[in-house]
Amino acid sequence: MDKPFAITLDPGSSLANHTGSWRTSRPVYVDRLPPCNKQCPAGEDIQGWLFHAESGNYESAWRHLTKDNPFPAIMGRVCYHSCEGACNRGQIDEPVGINSVERFLGDEALKRGWKLTAPTAESGKHVLIVGAGPSGMSAAYHLRRLGHRVTVHEAGPLLGGMMRFGIPKYRLPRDVLEAEMQRVVELGVHVQLNSKVENILDTMQDGKFDAAFLAVGAHIGKRATIPAGDAAKIIDAISLLRSMEGEDQPMLGRRVVVYGGGNTAIDVARTAKRMGAEPLIVYRRTREKMPAHDFEVEEALQEGIMVKWLSTIKQADESSLTIEKMALDSKGFPQPTGEFETIEADSLVLALGQDVDLGLLEGVPGLQVSDGVVQVGSNMMTGHPGIFAGGDMVPAERNVTVGIGHGKAAAKHIDAWLRSEEYVAPVKHDTAAFENLNTWYYTDAPKTVRPMLDIIRRQSTFDEVQGGLDESTALFEARRCLSCGNCFECDNCYGVCPDNAVIKLGPGKRFQFNYDYCKGCGMCVAECPCGAIKMEAEEI
Amino acid sequence: MLKQTEGSHAVAEAVALCRPEVICAYPISPQTHIVEGLGEMVKGGEVENCEFINVESEFAAMSVAIGSSATGARTYTATASQGILFMAEAVYNASGLGLPIVMTVANRAIGAPINIWNDHTDALSQRDSGWIQLFAETNQEALDLHIQAFKLAEEVSLPVMVCMDGFILTHAYERVDVPTQEQVDAFLPPYEPRQVLDPKEPVSIGAMVGPEAFSEVRYLAHAKQMQALELIPKLAEEFKTVFGRESGGLTRSYLTDDAETIVVAMGSVLGTIKDTVDEMRAAGEKIGVLGITSYRPFPIDSVRAALQNAQRVVVLEKSLAVGIGGILSTDVRMAMSGLQLRGHTVVAGLGGRAITRKSLRALFAKAARGELEHLTFLDLDWNVVNKQLERERTTRRSGPAAESMLRDVGVIAARIG
Amino acid sequence: MSFQPLHFYQTGTFTVGNRLLAEEDRTVQAEIGRTNSLNSGHRACQGCGEALGARFAIDAAMNAARGRLIAANATGCLEVFSTPYPETSWQIPWIHSLFGNTAAVATGIAAAIKVKKQKGEMGDVRVVAQGGDGGTTDIGFGCLSGMFERNDDVLYICYDNGGYMNTGVQRSSATPPAARTATTMPVGPEPGNAFGQGKFLPAIAMAHEIPYVATATVAGLHDLEYKVTKAMGMRGARYIHILVPCPLGWGAASQDTIKLARLAKETGIFPVFEAERGEVTGVLKIRRQQPVEEYLKLQKRYAHLFGKTPAVETIARLQAAADKNIRKYGLLDQEAN
Ligand SMILES: Cc1cc2nc3c(=O)[nH]c(=O)nc-3n(C[C@H](O)[C@H](O)[C@H](O)COP(=O)(O)OP(=O)(O)OC[C@H]3O[C@@H](n4cnc5c(N)ncnc54)[C@H](O)[C@@H]3O)c2cc1C
Ligand SMILES: Cc1ncc(C[n+]2csc(CCOP(=O)(O)OP(=O)(O)O)c2C)c(N)n1
Ligand code: SF4
Ligand code: SF4
Ligand code: SF4
Ligand SMILES: [Mg+2]
Repeated sequence: MDKPFAITLDPGSSLANHTGSWRTSRPVYVDRLPPCNKQCPAGEDIQGWLFHAESGNYESAWRHLTKDNPFPAIMGRVCYHSCEGACNRGQIDEPVGINSVERFLGDEALKRGWKLTAPTAESGKHVLIVGAGPSGMSAAYHLRRLGHRVTVHEAGPLLGGMMRFGIPKYRLPRDVLEAEMQRVVELGVHVQLNSKVENILDTMQDGKFDAAFLAVGAHIGKRATIPAGDAAKIIDAISLLRSMEGEDQPMLGRRVVVYGGGNTAIDVARTAKRMGAEPLIVYRRTREKMPAHDFEVEEALQEGIMVKWLSTIKQADESSLTIEKMALDSKGFPQPTGEFETIEADSLVLALGQDVDLGLLEGVPGLQVSDGVVQVGSNMMTGHPGIFAGGDMVPAERNVTVGIGHGKAAAKHIDAWLRSEEYVAPVKHDTAAFENLNTWYYTDAPKTVRPMLDIIRRQSTFDEVQGGLDESTALFEARRCLSCGNCFECDNCYGVCPDNAVIKLGPGKRFQFNYDYCKGCGMCVAECPCGAIKMEAEEI
Repeated sequence: MLKQTEGSHAVAEAVALCRPEVICAYPISPQTHIVEGLGEMVKGGEVENCEFINVESEFAAMSVAIGSSATGARTYTATASQGILFMAEAVYNASGLGLPIVMTVANRAIGAPINIWNDHTDALSQRDSGWIQLFAETNQEALDLHIQAFKLAEEVSLPVMVCMDGFILTHAYERVDVPTQEQVDAFLPPYEPRQVLDPKEPVSIGAMVGPEAFSEVRYLAHAKQMQALELIPKLAEEFKTVFGRESGGLTRSYLTDDAETIVVAMGSVLGTIKDTVDEMRAAGEKIGVLGITSYRPFPIDSVRAALQNAQRVVVLEKSLAVGIGGILSTDVRMAMSGLQLRGHTVVAGLGGRAITRKSLRALFAKAARGELEHLTFLDLDWNVVNKQLERERTTRRSGPAAESMLRDVGVIAARIG
Repeated sequence: MSFQPLHFYQTGTFTVGNRLLAEEDRTVQAEIGRTNSLNSGHRACQGCGEALGARFAIDAAMNAARGRLIAANATGCLEVFSTPYPETSWQIPWIHSLFGNTAAVATGIAAAIKVKKQKGEMGDVRVVAQGGDGGTTDIGFGCLSGMFERNDDVLYICYDNGGYMNTGVQRSSATPPAARTATTMPVGPEPGNAFGQGKFLPAIAMAHEIPYVATATVAGLHDLEYKVTKAMGMRGARYIHILVPCPLGWGAASQDTIKLARLAKETGIFPVFEAERGEVTGVLKIRRQQPVEEYLKLQKRYAHLFGKTPAVETIARLQAAADKNIRKYGLLDQEAN
């Protein structure tokens, strides 16, 4: 067209006008650390695997998850999921049911027989692992993936450590436990069961190990000094629970008193209940002060377990106990009141905590022990070069997830140490705080409730109490994730830019800014639901 | 085909023969009969493939025309007087955008005082709007000029106003030769726009232009009118070959060759002037007439050529540039610049005042005697004017001038429309 | 039936796209190949709601018209920032004629298309007219009303930023009460724009009983596109009034444009609804109701209400106006989501 001069213009010719020069600050895409990821003791990239689960790609989700933690089916049952406490969604309605989706993925993997990824090359190094609990097996998995030869020495007859001999099966079915353990073994991890390490240095030398990771747990039940008659039947919780795995189940009688307020006390009481007893928990302080997790106490109470708060046991006899009532002082500590009471009891189970058996470490030079646990550096190495440790035997919170995290961390450090290097963890991103989110964009969606076994069967069988999610509820739950701090391809930035300065790269490829035109208005930042964009001052 | 018909209807038929595609209409006397006629023809199916739109104002009429013309449709509208002022912003816009709209202006005075009768003030108010302005002398010429106007407009991409005297022409029943469709089709090809709104080839029309290019854009508008200056006589020639009639062109001379006095005028008054000239010629007076058909572009060269051998020029115009005098005469004087000629401006026929042969004869005779003043208001009632001036000098609250003067001339009520 | 937000539990239809939404539930704006009718390089202020709203609306219209669209544009910011010689940002056939005649220009375009179509010279091309609130509710009102009344086949879109922004933020008949503009300064006994004046054009459009009238904001993209698409599916005169915050004129942060539009809807200050032949057929419910202060305090044009002694009475009057909208249009719903 022979167009009239100046008044008629060619389409889209304003591309010649680079409005980017107006900008005083620029938007940049970032990945922030979601609070769940930050909180997870096993260092899982929760938001990362939920991203895959959201699209129904469960295998990708599982593979992403197992990069950090090889035991999702176990985690999905026994992890105390502190991630959910940190979840930003908790400030909108309820936290995302991360743990339930994790279990779904774990179960899905077992159902479909997904295998862990084998190492691509062998390093030629050989690492000894002592103890086949979660920490030891986690380390075995990660070291094996890094190409190292791994041999696990386990004193007991089966894999799993306290998960096998402590956590009751109504919470963690043994087939699940066994399957996830075996999947690690299948990577080529060498396991020697019933092979207690008596002296670590000897074992290392005998097996020509290049390094060792110790994860022997804490198995010695603490004893309280309770004056007891000869006939009094007193057992410790760990022994009791361990014997549950064996052929002969212990004789506890009808009236079982459990002394203590931790998770172990609860598990013992619930186990006793399932064996037909009428358990009573005696605890020094109040429910609020109980170290056991609230949901566990709640479940126990539902099952009809009685608790005697603010009470200490003064004397144990054949069929009765003497109890002293306590009162909390101003600082919240229980103080004796001098008021006594006698209750009937056929047996008394002590659930007062566990100590570590450090026998195998005797005479190891450089080693440091304090408060009954082995001291390690931030690289998980003990004072003795080449000997690393983790899990219940080192100073930390005692739970499966922490143990798994230790195993993973130790594996990375051992790997570096074997190459005479030091492992430097990548710098962590800034946290994706609630303030970074624009929550308008998320649909209101209350958390999915996991099904619970009916109460009668909970009181009489060891069937698993808590059910899992099905495919549709798992998807729903995964999609409740806000994807804090990480782009989930909602297209908002692409859509809301008044200057078309956002380039959409296509599914899975995210977006890019076109700084030729971006005027720096900040709208994309304000309207990104998940806080995956930030504004940076332009250097002028 | 020869027929006895009303001027408005003749124009309506001419427009219809031009195969218009969009017509927008808003009523104002004395233009109404034209669009009424067209409306009926479109509604009755005589004009095919045409949208007739009853708009809500002249401003909308021109705006609709802008839209349809920019979309490549041959577009027509008509107005007069107040209407052209109401559409003024769009009038300028249409030419600025180079849209070949054709509009009839049924010339009428502009108020206040409101007056429906003929003069040229309305069209001349848009003198600088960038439109081509053609003035018809007769109904036949009005008809013919519309056919030429579409072709002219479309060739230079400029809008064209065809001006015809309200009532005098629009409402006069005269014999006209209405061409056949074949003739018109042979003369006027389908509209091929220079720029068009079309999704196949998108453009932005109507950009904002700053000082860096504005003068050039305006110059180009001027250059296009200069092209029209060349084109208008050619089209008149072409027209003649197809239709066998002289019509249009830039100017028309009548007995000017040896004339000492030349009267310059536009529109239907040329007929009366020619009659007067004939009478005076018979009496031996060397007098001639120059009719201006193309007021914009103004044909400076041909005006100059026609006038150069005369001794005096009387510009008789139906318009008044208040505060200076003539409008047409200003342009004629520009054409005369450097020539040793006496120039006279005569303002005549305002608001429908009759221009009689008698008055003209006296006027021209006076001019020939060298007694005509520089600026004359033909047949002005000095009595009324002086009375009013006196009234205003003496009384602060002298009241509305028009009404006072009406009382003075003895008209009790005036029909207005 | 009005636009129904999708019950997709991650973001529903609140975000522009979301990779997990079915293709047909995503917006036109989410498409890689969207028209970008108003392309980059335009000279709108940072965060201009009008630039955004125009692309939203015209891209949707382009989508509905399968690329066969012509737009007429009134004088105003949108025109000035998009087509200063020698560059235009428009990628579609577009014309600017004057400030007050856009509806009529569009009528002309529609008429030409109709004839060209009859003659087989053109396919089915659709027409959109667009302008600011000044060009629509004030100077262009006559032409607009004429276009409505004749039921010409034009979709008219008004980008309401509550004032004559292009000429430096003066009052229009769409300027809300109490707002400061250059011609309603916050001085005297009734600071800012007067109460009891102004007009709500959607209601006037409805009085013409034209096929379709709707309001929308730049904060509700799915709703906006739904309305444009629906309007494009109809023939005759249609009117969509889009609230487009103006950072410059409102004295707001450039990143708050969408937030303000959202708040205007959530407070009830700007009712979002649609109407067919003069009857309201659907409203977009308030999802998280907010007091008007939340909306007002982000804008400097209301700063005089929040001085040392807050103008509680004025704020209450504005709240009452919002409440009236809520009642009148039924904007609140028990199970709003
Ligand atoms: C009753 C109970 C319930 C619990 N419930 C939960 C729960 O629900 N969620 C949770 O997160 N945590 C729970 N815990 C805590 C959790 O089980 C432990 O924190 C976790 O198992 C510690 O892992 P670990 O690998 O450090 O040690 P362990 O799991 O204790 O494993 C240590 C392993 O080392 C072996 N071993 C010990 N000494 C030697 C040696 N010298 N040579 C070779 N092998 C040796 C042991 O036989 C054992 O298999 C519970 C604990 C108890 C007691
Ligand atoms: C006839 C006429 N009067 C006044 C103007 C000056 N003018 C140009 S744009 C504008 C304001 C436009 O306001 P609005 O229509 O609300 O659009 P905005 O700029 O706010 O988007 C004004 C008053 C003009 N161009 N034409
Ligand atoms: S706005 Fe959406 S698409 Fe853009 S970065 Fe944020 S999450 Fe990703
Ligand atoms: S919305 Fe667009 S212009 Fe604004 S900061 Fe983001 S990319 Fe830049
Ligand atoms: S003044 Fe307002 S409407 Fe105009 S370009 Fe700036 S932000 Fe947009
Ligand atoms: Mg405005």
